[in-house]
Amino acid sequence: MVFSNPEIWALTLSMAIPLALPAVGGTFSERTGVVNIAMEGIMLIGAFFGVAFSYWTGNAWVGLLAAIVCGALTALALAWGAIHVSADQTVLGMGINIFAAGLTTFLLNTLFGYSGTPVNTPKLPTLSIPGLDHIPYIGIVFQNQSVLVYIGIVLIFLSHWFLFSTRLGLRMRSVGENPLAADTLGIPVWRLRYLGVVLSGIFSAIGGAYLSIGILNGFTSNMTSGRGYIALAAMIFGKWTPLGSFGAALIFGFSTALGIVLQGHGVSSNLLQMIPYALTILALTGLIGRSTPPAADGIPYEPRR
Amino acid sequence: MEPVLEVVDLKKWFPGVKANDGVNLTVRAGEVHAILGENGAGKSTLMKVIYGLLEPTAGEIRLFGQPVHFRSPRDAILAGIGMVHQHFMLIPALTVAENVVLGDEPGGVRFDRRQAVQRVRELSERYRLAIDPNAKVGDLTVGLQQRVEILKAFYRKARVLILDEPTALLTPQETRELFNIIRTLKAEGTPVIFISHKLDEVLEISDRVTVMRAGKTVETIDTKGATPQTLANLMVGREVVLRVEKPPAKAGSPALEVRGLRVRSADRHERVKGVDLTVRRGEILGIAGIDGNGQFELADAIAGLLRAEEGQIVLDGRDITHLSPAERTQLGIAYVPQDRQLDGLILAFDLADNVILRDFRRPPFSRRGILNRRAAEAYAKRLIEAFDVRPPDFRRKASELSGGNQQKVILAREVSRDPLVLIAAQPTRGLDVGAIEGVHRQLVRLRNEGKAVLLISLELDEILSLSDRIAVMHDGEIVGVLDGAEATREQLGLMMTGQRAKEGTV
Ligand SMILES: Nc1ncnc2c1ncn2[C@@H]1O[C@H](COP(=O)(O)OP(=O)(O)OP(=O)(O)O)[C@@H](O)[C@H]1O
Ligand SMILES: [Mg+2]
Repeated sequence: MVFSNPEIWALTLSMAIPLALPAVGGTFSERTGVVNIAMEGIMLIGAFFGVAFSYWTGNAWVGLLAAIVCGALTALALAWGAIHVSADQTVLGMGINIFAAGLTTFLLNTLFGYSGTPVNTPKLPTLSIPGLDHIPYIGIVFQNQSVLVYIGIVLIFLSHWFLFSTRLGLRMRSVGENPLAADTLGIPVWRLRYLGVVLSGIFSAIGGAYLSIGILNGFTSNMTSGRGYIALAAMIFGKWTPLGSFGAALIFGFSTALGIVLQGHGVSSNLLQMIPYALTILALTGLIGRSTPPAADGIPYEPRR
Repeated sequence: MEPVLEVVDLKKWFPGVKANDGVNLTVRAGEVHAILGENGAGKSTLMKVIYGLLEPTAGEIRLFGQPVHFRSPRDAILAGIGMVHQHFMLIPALTVAENVVLGDEPGGVRFDRRQAVQRVRELSERYRLAIDPNAKVGDLTVGLQQRVEILKAFYRKARVLILDEPTALLTPQETRELFNIIRTLKAEGTPVIFISHKLDEVLEISDRVTVMRAGKTVETIDTKGATPQTLANLMVGREVVLRVEKPPAKAGSPALEVRGLRVRSADRHERVKGVDLTVRRGEILGIAGIDGNGQFELADAIAGLLRAEEGQIVLDGRDITHLSPAERTQLGIAYVPQDRQLDGLILAFDLADNVILRDFRRPPFSRRGILNRRAAEAYAKRLIEAFDVRPPDFRRKASELSGGNQQKVILAREVSRDPLVLIAAQPTRGLDVGAIEGVHRQLVRLRNEGKAVLLISLELDEILSLSDRIAVMHDGEIVGVLDGAEATREQLGLMMTGQRAKEGTV
């Protein structure tokens, strides 16, 4: 049976990470009250600049750092538009997605020509956890995974702790629920919203870099193929919590893995790809544990003095 | 006694409105200082300026003799000012403890939840404000939510406490508890600024009263020796009639009949459990009852906002049980809902759009689906004048009006539609005495013109002074109907707790 094959679980994990990271990023943004649908675009930016800098410097870690910086800068633009200018956040996010798709394709062609990124671009190392490989099952799941899988898992748990157990996390959540109330308590609403959005940029960019220099070592046009949107679904399905998002990403990753494993077995992978969206719709309509967004999600806050 | 807080010649102008235009106020240690003023007089604006939420246009604020310039609430909080806002500033998704400590949480990087709970528990014991620190604020009653607000101020060691209309939403019992807290504070020397439209409350709790009119402070007087009448006159600037005059009722044929009505509220609880009721032409039928006994669900059901599970609603002989709210509106039902910000107005619309909300489908406000803005504006202008809405500007958004003026707009819209039946739920909540007088006059005028009025109010005085007949509701049922002229407070009070009327019902 497919399920007794540990390969599928390893594949599930590696497919879940590029969904979970942007989903956690989105969680940060929306928990502070800024709707973020730009994960797809920021992932592309991260994926592209990760490869580019990895090739130019010959060091994949520098590539990762560049991805993070570029992702943060893109997010900063979104934050400025959403917070300072009170522009429509959905439109802004969509704009960034379209811009990023165009920009990365353009840069790919001008900088690397039509043959694509060089095949000798360094990628991030893979890692097997020593000790774990003796345990049946788990060992294989954690064998030869990209180092970003482990970093990602640590980041996700840290994020959950940060958001729900630290003072700053509490303040960030308060800003996404009722910014006016937070303001009356002297909490800097705008600053925390910037923080939330920039964090979302960083997480999304790492998710993108995972695809381009974690799993592969190259960039192709639109290589994220909608993962940023599935991440959005994972964030909602996960009830705007990092661990929930991770759980949702695992379910979605499993349906992708299943699609890969069952290829040629007469099961339509298109049908399996529907699962994330179907589950999200069910969650939003309340059929499986109602999911409600932060109360001030998407509403600009303009202090009146 | 030395002054704790002084406000000198303060001005706060908004575009087109001088909300504060020369305010002078001195608050002494250990006093309860009431601020009285009509709706829109500028009370909340003044408090927001003191609290650092608004920056003054001109003038000075001194705290313990030192001039202060608050750039944000943070500065005001640090200086020792605490405020309970007219509209609560709470985060429903968080717990009581989290709400209280927010902005000044115990712990380092980590949020020390245990200590937060502990401190809230200590505070609530010290001031005898019983509350569960771990409860979610969204699940609390209004009275308990207010406790959270007060605890917030105590937690920050407020040296001056501002209460902006704290009793507007409280039950009499909760009000009494609040007054006990205020007395404790006073004994400790903490001054309290207390805003309320209820004159008897001001007379009971305050030491001095400052009266505001049109953005200016008019006078500060000692409470001792003042009467409701003197306060009302000072506030409005003319002689106010506190008791409504009305000729004897000439009740006619039934306009609205409710038979065996059962209604569930939005949270699926059965709130109306078999109500029979008749409102006749030319009478005001008052419904008395403690909050939460189904009276507002009854009103919603008659207006068509809640579905009747069972029973019948008959308007002028016609069964309307299954009609939509819009159809009922057309047949002559007008509704002043309890929550004016939620159900009564569209806050983001201007006044001209708000006054045609019920009638925009028909001429002159629209023709073949195209709105006629000019007609709406002309109509709005007329209503604003007739009902004395301030500021008199139909281009202003409803959200920019003071609470009392928002209510006037709703009432103007509903009454002017010339309805057969008017359902008025808490029509004077948050209104100043002058405005209350105006509302009461409108209700009586409708009745005198032969319309039926169903008045639902938590204020016994309002019920007693207006109603021709009084139905008392308890736990979703009508426990008795009394004659308005003969009913007494005591009798109503007893029945509201569920005791049936002893003598025959009217
Ligand atoms: N943000 C604002 N922008 C423009 N005008 C405003 C704003 N806030 C208040 N106003 C206006 O300032 C005036 C004073 O309003 P304020 O809320 O202080 O009245 P109030 O005395 O508290 O009345 P109420 O008793 O009804 O609460 C009103 O005319 C109101 O319309
Ligand atoms: Mg006010």
